[in-house]
Amino acid sequence: MSLIAQLPVLPVIIPLVLAPITLLLPKGRAPHLWATAVSWLTFASCAWLLMEVSEVGLISYYLGDWAPPLGIEYRIDLANALVLLLVSALAAVVFPFAYESVKAEIDERQSPYFYGALLICMTGLLGVTITGDAFNVFVFLEISSLSTYALIAMGARRDRRALTASFNYLVMGTIGATFFVIGIGLLYQATGTLNMADLHDKLIGQDNRMVQAGFAFILVGVGLKLAMFPMHLWLPNAYAYAPSAVTAFIAATATKVAVYVLIRFFFSVFNFDFPFIGAAFTYVLLPLGLAGMFIASLAAVFQDDVKRMLAYSSVAQIGYMLLGLSFATVEGLTASLVHVFNHALMKGALFMAVACVVLRAGSHSIHAFAGLSKRMPVTTWAFLISGLSLIGVPLTVGFVSKWYLLEAAFAAGHWYAGFLIVASSLIALLYIGRVAEVMLLREPATEGPYAIQEKDAPLSMLIPMWVLVAANIYFGVRTDLTGGLAERAAAALMTVAGGTP
Amino acid sequence: MISPGLAIVLSLWVPILGCVAVWLFDKQPNLREAATLITGAVLLFLTITVFMAVGAGERPGYLLIEVIDGLPISFQAEPLGALFAVIASGLWVVNSVYSIGYMRGSNEKHQTRFYMSFAVAISAAMGVAFAANLFTLFIFYEVLTLSTFPLVTHKGDANARRGGRIYLGVLMATSIGLLLPAIVWTYAITGTTEFTVGGIFAQHSDAVAPITGVLLGLYAFGIGKAALMPAHPWLPNAMVAPTPVSAFLHAVAVVKAGVFSILKVVVYIFGIDFLSGSGGGAGASVPFMWIAAISILLASSIAMHKDNLKARLAYSTVSQLSYVTLGAMLATQMGVMGGAMQIAAHALGKMTLFMCAGAIYIAHHKTLVSEMRGMGRIMPFTFGAFILGAMSIIGLPPLAGSWPKFFLMLGSADAGQLAIIAVLMISSILNVIYLLSIPVQAFYLNPAEGDAKPQGANEGGNGGTGIQWGALKEAPILCLLPPLFTATGAFILFFFSGALYNYLKPLIGGG
Repeated sequence: MSLIAQLPVLPVIIPLVLAPITLLLPKGRAPHLWATAVSWLTFASCAWLLMEVSEVGLISYYLGDWAPPLGIEYRIDLANALVLLLVSALAAVVFPFAYESVKAEIDERQSPYFYGALLICMTGLLGVTITGDAFNVFVFLEISSLSTYALIAMGARRDRRALTASFNYLVMGTIGATFFVIGIGLLYQATGTLNMADLHDKLIGQDNRMVQAGFAFILVGVGLKLAMFPMHLWLPNAYAYAPSAVTAFIAATATKVAVYVLIRFFFSVFNFDFPFIGAAFTYVLLPLGLAGMFIASLAAVFQDDVKRMLAYSSVAQIGYMLLGLSFATVEGLTASLVHVFNHALMKGALFMAVACVVLRAGSHSIHAFAGLSKRMPVTTWAFLISGLSLIGVPLTVGFVSKWYLLEAAFAAGHWYAGFLIVASSLIALLYIGRVAEVMLLREPATEGPYAIQEKDAPLSMLIPMWVLVAANIYFGVRTDLTGGLAERAAAALMTVAGGTP
Repeated sequence: MISPGLAIVLSLWVPILGCVAVWLFDKQPNLREAATLITGAVLLFLTITVFMAVGAGERPGYLLIEVIDGLPISFQAEPLGALFAVIASGLWVVNSVYSIGYMRGSNEKHQTRFYMSFAVAISAAMGVAFAANLFTLFIFYEVLTLSTFPLVTHKGDANARRGGRIYLGVLMATSIGLLLPAIVWTYAITGTTEFTVGGIFAQHSDAVAPITGVLLGLYAFGIGKAALMPAHPWLPNAMVAPTPVSAFLHAVAVVKAGVFSILKVVVYIFGIDFLSGSGGGAGASVPFMWIAAISILLASSIAMHKDNLKARLAYSTVSQLSYVTLGAMLATQMGVMGGAMQIAAHALGKMTLFMCAGAIYIAHHKTLVSEMRGMGRIMPFTFGAFILGAMSIIGLPPLAGSWPKFFLMLGSADAGQLAIIAVLMISSILNVIYLLSIPVQAFYLNPAEGDAKPQGANEGGNGGTGIQWGALKEAPILCLLPPLFTATGAFILFFFSGALYNYLKPLIGGG
């Protein structure tokens, strides 16, 4: 039994087995070091897996050697290998980053639980991504969600509103998960199987009430999880009041994984002959994506809390991903996958910069950012560069995303969508520009609640943050990994779905 | 000699190295300024190398990286770009000398940041000049916008913040909102964004013809740096910057990058033939020709009402930039030639005027035209240079500015647009009124009562700095020589326009 043969299960098994050990460790530094080590190990396995997949194209692994459709199958193709790499890479960057931030924001006695929960959250996200079994998706989705509720609630030490934010998310998230599992149940009723590939085969030609209802339940359930406008109401508060490191991690990964689930169900479980798919693209994803891009962006402009502003921006960015999907072309799907990856890089870096400010200024209000370039120049530049990336300035990943998306829009004949995309990124210019101006051109407060000492964040935070900032630039110039893989993944997904590749 | 291909690469990196050197010498102003000047000299040498090679018929190029399949960041020199690069790098040297005099004379803060931003901006301008495709051009266009933002907001007060907001807002909004979709649309139709002799749309005539006007509009307004009305408000607002910034960036590098891009798009993407006569997009450029004509007259009219000298010059620039746009939109060979020459001629003329304005400010702290009565007798050299610069802008021989007007009129006649000739004539008359009236007042009128009298050095604080010579009080020598130099340049260029014409000939399809 060689390790290579067991490779596909490692990304889930490693953190799942090693996470509980954090609870046995003494409070303080130890749980953090342990969690960091685990996240790096997981990242290594995911990177290895991606290399394997890019050679063979598709890896199928039977858990406990129980053959599908009865047993659970892990089924890794390029699309989810890319998302796996993304989640584990973000974890590998955020975990080392977290220590100082977490020490300042949550009770030290909770640190073993905190890092344990964070690892479990990562496990859940990886599990959702890797599995080829529809019910297994639900199980891992709940694992990640439950740990996220706990993590958000741990922000209560700094701000009690974290408790209501967490409870809100708990209610909404549970409704979403319930809808999702009802949908799966209906599909099971219609086909008698839970394996995705098997579901795909058995759903071909089926178009009855049961399948239609199942599809609708899944769409709404996942829509809640990925904060599709107007089902995003849980998100701004959850992101704003969670501990800063948690926000950086879940903002970069959780909604992306939900988008991936949507893609997987649309393209690998259902097929293009199913009439509801076309309707969902045209009447659900396209208008809601566009509405999210604009309404959430505009909401972001009027936020005085930078974390909430970025949270609204996330809702808007999810709109881009939905829009790309809704074109139902290879280009559109590529654009969505690329943006899933790129948006994680920018939002991760932005929320990390905010975490640095919270550490030194104790606040994420925009007033705390006044004159930041004089107080914390290294953090300021990280924020500025990733902010430019969010706007879509050339040489950053944001530009690559925008290029793919625009090209897809024009190629699909939706030229008006092309103009709406750039119009919406101009709103991003407004809200990022507002913070940038405060950081660069205002004088820092010398007294009062927003006074900060002239001291940048510690290196343990700056280095991981700049790794992400550098990734923002690197993948803005080299798109072999993101664009190239996404294109191949999209073509493969399209072929399975029966669209014209 | 280094190879022209290598010179292109180096012309992008040398200013960046210069930027680092400036940063390292933060605390030693003399070394810091030496770094800027040496960088400028090396850069000028490099661009001249490229310029000569292009003149000899070479088309040196360089591929940096392929970002997305079919979208490389690559560079290739052609006559227009080589010309723009030489103008920009040559005038950067002049302007650096002037900056040293100005920034020290007025004791500006953050001088290191100032020179660093300048170096990045010039590197971006080189990128624009040598870009081999629209994608590369767009990248450096945006870098140019962002790197000049710290220069515009240099003073950091509420006024500068407001100006900076409009500057960045208009330039980013037009470039991301209009130019980027235009480029992607072009790419989606043709599968390339490469600048190609004869244009790339002719081969895709069926797909492009119905939307030629739309695309042309997206480019014309999307390239906001060309300040075609109504995309111009950023330019007057950029005047909150210190004068060297206005003189170099907002009379040469930034605005010329704009009109240069428009010319390149019209010549190498659309193709003159495609837009004129029997081409697929015939007639599409006519509305934009009229918008440019209106922009010329309207901006001149606004300039007449501006008492602030820099604001007046800014609106004059808006007007003069539209000459280039007009030349491009005429879609005739002579029109394009006129536009290309205007880039060179206007750069020299307008930079002279701005540097004179800065010299007046440094020596006497005067910014309003109405305050300048009688000043000519105190600053004869400065106002002498001002007259030459103004005459070049107006288009009077024997100054360089007369040739572009001549070619533009030829181009209008070729296009059968006789009314445009009238527009050009009226515009020259307006220029006479609002530009020449300044030195005329300065030389012939007596200072008004209560206006500051000629100020002696021992009057102290608000008197400004400069050199004193009898009754004369000129700006410091480093602020005085550069405008005299560029004014002389405008005079000399008049006699070399034949060479310039031959050099630019490949642009319009001649040998």
